[in-house]
Amino acid sequence: NTVMAAQMTDAHRRFLQVLMSNGITEGSEARKLHQHCCETDKVYYAHDKLDDFISTINSHLQPLFMQIRKGISEDDGRANYAVVNLAETEVTKMASDYTEMELELFRKTMDLIILSENGFASSTDILNLADQLKTKKMKKKEAEQVLKVFVEDKWLSEKNGEYTLHTRCIIEMEQYILSNYQDVARKCNICHSLAIQSQVCDSCGIGMHLPCVRKYFRGQTEPRCPKCNEFWSCDTP
Amino acid sequence: QVSELVQFLLVKDQKKIPIKRADMLKNVIREYRDAYSEIVNRAGKTLQEVFGLQLVEIDSKRHTYILINNLPRVEGKYLCRDEEKEKMGLLLIILSFIFMKGNSVKDSALWEFLHLLRVYPGKQHQVFGDVRKLVTEEFVRQKYLEITPIPLTDPPEFKYHWGPRAEKEISKRDVLNAVAKIQGKDPTFWASQYSEAEA
Repeated sequence: NTVMAAQMTDAHRRFLQVLMSNGITEGSEARKLHQHCCETDKVYYAHDKLDDFISTINSHLQPLFMQIRKGISEDDGRANYAVVNLAETEVTKMASDYTEMELELFRKTMDLIILSENGFASSTDILNLADQLKTKKMKKKEAEQVLKVFVEDKWLSEKNGEYTLHTRCIIEMEQYILSNYQDVARKCNICHSLAIQSQVCDSCGIGMHLPCVRKYFRGQTEPRCPKCNEFWSCDTP
Repeated sequence: QVSELVQFLLVKDQKKIPIKRADMLKNVIREYRDAYSEIVNRAGKTLQEVFGLQLVEIDSKRHTYILINNLPRVEGKYLCRDEEKEKMGLLLIILSFIFMKGNSVKDSALWEFLHLLRVYPGKQHQVFGDVRKLVTEEFVRQKYLEITPIPLTDPPEFKYHWGPRAEKEISKRDVLNAVAKIQGKDPTFWASQYSEAEA
């Protein structure tokens, strides 16, 4: 099954530029953007060809170790797109926007989140970390401010004083997380992508995304684990 | 190296700060110094082909570069975030004013003009915040505007010109056409601006 490497047109370039400046783009926004770009640059538009459109761009991004990647939000199951860097050189988006100290806080926060049961780290726990940073101790006030910036920049998202990884972060860092947290990072049993927030089977320990659980158990009165067949112990969302 | 340089340039340019050759050599090219021009050339071609961005040297003495958007400019909501769009709007008004006044205006004249738009240097603007900072610092740092001191003035006065990024990214013809439209006149009404715009 050969895929023809289609030419990049200005429509593709415009789409890519906007995706890059957005950081993360929601599915319906991406579809609207696709239409806008094709109309603006007078390129053939078919509303169901977004995937092909993106593939064309990706075939040109591949030699640059970049990719437009689709990720599913762990909260609402909606598709989101982000431009990710596949190579692990020092030139990554986060590295250029934050200080060493802030990056260390982020990495430690990410540790907490990934090692947690439910994919969340409380602000108290994170603020305690700030005190123990190797680069330089960070005061609690400063750490609170940094956390705010991480949320604004869509690396973290906050719910009720607890923090988890934003969809953007998961899309961009999935490879990094899967390779650096190999033994600890969970993969969803249904869709096989990285799962930060998940429900876990009490008996056999497999995990599933909440939207995946919702879809899988739809209409079932007695939800059972797809692997070990024991009753699913968590409340299905 | 080419792909690394492309990524480096994209990341640096995100903040619209000009990129120095020295930084490129130190952070990306490193031991491949001899192949510097080749690498930069290829990176430039890739940026154009894949992203529609052009790598332009704006200072040949100090070897600084910027990336400019080479795609045809278009109106519309997708170009950038609202805040950016508003800043661009103000910038275009300022650039138009400077162009129509013969490419150079005194700072007093510029601020007098902005008064008419209810934009005051001392006051926080609802949308732009600290306008003086935006115009004299941000727009200058991004190379959209250039400020040069006028010699022998006391207190010191300054004049404003288009910066190298504005020269590359914004078409004088578009500016003249827009002004002509607003004023209900033909662009040729302004003879010297017209010949400059058509050059």
